[in-house]
Amino acid sequence: MADYRPGTPEQAAFLAALLDRRLLLQTRVAGVYGRGEDFEEVCVRVGEMVTRAGAPERPEQVRFPPVLPRHDLETVGYLKSFPHLAGSIFGFEGSESQAAEQYDRACKHEDWSEFQAMTELVLTPAACYPVYPEIASRGKLAAGGVTVDAGSAYVFRHEPAGDPARMQMFHQREIVRIGEPETVIAWRDLWRERAMSLLRQVGLDASFAVATDPFFGRAGRMLAASQREQELKFEVVVQIAGPEPTAVASFNYHQDHFTSAYGIELANGTEAHTACLGFGVERITLALFRAHGLDLETWPTEVRSKLWAV
Amino acid sequence: MNTEIRKLIADHARLAVDISSLADDASLYEAGMTSHATVNLMLALEGSFDVEFPDSMLKRSVFESVTTIAAALAELQPEV
Repeated sequence: MADYRPGTPEQAAFLAALLDRRLLLQTRVAGVYGRGEDFEEVCVRVGEMVTRAGAPERPEQVRFPPVLPRHDLETVGYLKSFPHLAGSIFGFEGSESQAAEQYDRACKHEDWSEFQAMTELVLTPAACYPVYPEIASRGKLAAGGVTVDAGSAYVFRHEPAGDPARMQMFHQREIVRIGEPETVIAWRDLWRERAMSLLRQVGLDASFAVATDPFFGRAGRMLAASQREQELKFEVVVQIAGPEPTAVASFNYHQDHFTSAYGIELANGTEAHTACLGFGVERITLALFRAHGLDLETWPTEVRSKLWAV
Repeated sequence: MNTEIRKLIADHARLAVDISSLADDASLYEAGMTSHATVNLMLALEGSFDVEFPDSMLKRSVFESVTTIAAALAELQPEV
């Protein structure tokens, strides 16, 4: 089982207040919460705010369920970079007597994993992952490539924590750009500025940072150093419940990582690259409740009008 | 040492060109070595030369060329 990372006293107090107000709903597992009415309302509005901001590029809208074919996780090398965060789906395989034994152990909350076998599915670790094989299946891309809006999708990271901003299952609001390298970089830079202004307009003290992914192990330290030196990942960070600021959006330039894995090419023979941006929907929502108070009715008018687009 | 380094580059760096066409100080990144290929090369170098790169060496510049890799290995294996 993954190590539990306790929250700081401030994070624990914020979580307690969110649960007390039933903005988040407690489950038995750290980092997995239900959403109360007001929390969900703000999550939806955050997603819509991003949709409005991205409308000028007229992205193609696609949606995928929060499970991914295991083959795709394997294809993109996720288990090399993030083996500690992956969630794989297993299912029962066995005889009637084994089913009975499994049930008996489950009733006593004992270990019944020996009756489980790997399925062809894993939990989706990033909302953009199902987009790449879909685009690859269409054949060579026209010049200029595509912009794909994958919506607000549930993703999973196996990292139980006491910080309410570090959930195991949460929504990423993701948009993907696939095209010529310079096109992809220009799109990422456009969104970087756009995201900062979007978050500041709703009263968040957002700032900008060069970042790295939480790669695993020593190979991961090399990947992180390389990512940082090439400035492939940027984050917008906001103070939620201290002491460190929390990333609420990230902008990732993958170079040819996904296009080479899936053979995505442009019709004119130019190499295709990809970038994605992801807004952490629950994190932005948490930051808004932290900044403006737990009672939606008392939020500043300008923040409400920006979120509700009225 | 450079011969062995070149062999490991050929096997792991997935360059767009033949390593034999590159000078010792030519950039492997410009020849198409990706971040993930760099990790594979790093692990292969560690296995082959029986060294462990410290965190301070886990950066792109160390794996930039045959020359920089040889310099790093010489630092880790002074007797070679």
